Amino acid sequence: MTEHSTGTPATRRLGFVVIVLMSWLALSGLWWSSEDVVQGSTVRIMYVHVPAIWVAYMAFGLTAVCSATYLSGRTRSIAWDRFAGASAEIGVMFVAVSLVTGSLWGRLTWGTYWVWDARLTSTAFLFITYVGYLAVRRLGGTLRQRARRSSVLALLAVLEIPLVHFSVTLWRSLHQDATIADPNAKVQMDGLMLFTLFLGLFAFTALFVWMVLHRQRVIHLEDTVADRGLDAAIADRRDEVAK
Amino acid sequence: MIARAVARKDLAVELGSRVVINQVAPFALVVMVMFAFALDNDGILQRVAPGLVWLATLFSMLVVVQRSFAVEAADGALDSLRVAGVDPAAIFLGKSVALMVQLFALEVLLVATALVLYGVEPSAAGWGEAFVTMVAATVGLGFVGTLYGGLAAGARGRETLLPLLLLPVVAPVLIGATRATEAAFGSGGATVSEGWPWIGLLAVFAVLFGAAGSVAFGPLVDE
Repeated sequence: MTEHSTGTPATRRLGFVVIVLMSWLALSGLWWSSEDVVQGSTVRIMYVHVPAIWVAYMAFGLTAVCSATYLSGRTRSIAWDRFAGASAEIGVMFVAVSLVTGSLWGRLTWGTYWVWDARLTSTAFLFITYVGYLAVRRLGGTLRQRARRSSVLALLAVLEIPLVHFSVTLWRSLHQDATIADPNAKVQMDGLMLFTLFLGLFAFTALFVWMVLHRQRVIHLEDTVADRGLDAAIADRRDEVAK
Repeated sequence: MIARAVARKDLAVELGSRVVINQVAPFALVVMVMFAFALDNDGILQRVAPGLVWLATLFSMLVVVQRSFAVEAADGALDSLRVAGVDPAAIFLGKSVALMVQLFALEVLLVATALVLYGVEPSAAGWGEAFVTMVAATVGLGFVGTLYGGLAAGARGRETLLPLLLLPVVAPVLIGATRATEAAFGSGGATVSEGWPWIGLLAVFAVLFGAAGSVAFGPLVDE
């Protein structure tokens, strides 16, 4: 009986794959790939920094999609809300990882932990916005209330984040341009470095999927416990009255 | 029609209780004086006056928004309106307009304070620009404040939650309104023409959140 575990055969296999991928990424990122000509070993931070923010964007995207599905769906299944919440939690964690690693990299490369650059600033706002989203999820009330409130908020965030990003970009910009995403730039990365970066994206994505599946099952159990707790309290009260 | 009735009701409640006049406005003035204590230099104050005016506006707005929904929650007034079948978009619009009126009055007071205490001296063209900036920023803040105020209303711990939700969202207004007001006041050598693109940003913000609020307010308060 696996009732008291959040694992299934499928997620256990996925978890094993994640461990293998992460070990491979660590070896490739820390030992096998070469140092950067300009940045030296600090370039290795990139193998965590870039996949972390990639996963964060993916997570918030999933939150928005699940929230929209919940609000538009005829069934209004709470499962969509659980996926949205699980995904947002993991996204917040990965934005934090990305901010911390980026800050360390900045200290080594730019000589300062933080610069008031557009991308950094809007990423900080992204972080705070979803911390607020998670706070709203903990407001209490019924599951339906939680689902509706947080779904609407998640969709408002989709409106807010481009606006914040746009206004902060107008405010100032000096971030190093994206190296790979820029279509005009020839990718000038050593083959193994590029491979390690993509390996990182793949490994972190697998980690994200594994975490979301488990986290939403944990939320499901939490919701069930809360329901049963209420039922038990009602039953106790009935017993008292009967006596 | 309904929106106007809701707005008139909110303003009547304020005129009766005078919470904004007797408590929020003095609070905003104290904030302006405290800024002067913290930045103890006339030159700096003149340079950063636009930013301080808008920061004080945002801090005051948090209090006003909470007040705007505290009156509703006290007697379950919002629920009564909903049960009566009032269109939530109309409630949203009405409460937004009432909030805008109160915010605009606060901003006039804050700009006047900046003139007196911080030694700001705008040109004639600058006055026009400052006025347009205040209108555009206030409309956006009114919509956003009502939307997130409605979200936080009816929940425990809303007093502490509202700033966390609202301040990141209004960051574009703080940036846009401060830059436009700097242009209007000529702070740091800015010219009046530099301000208009920022007013465009404020207008886009107001339109987007006006539309989003009309749609989203219903599901938020319908509990």
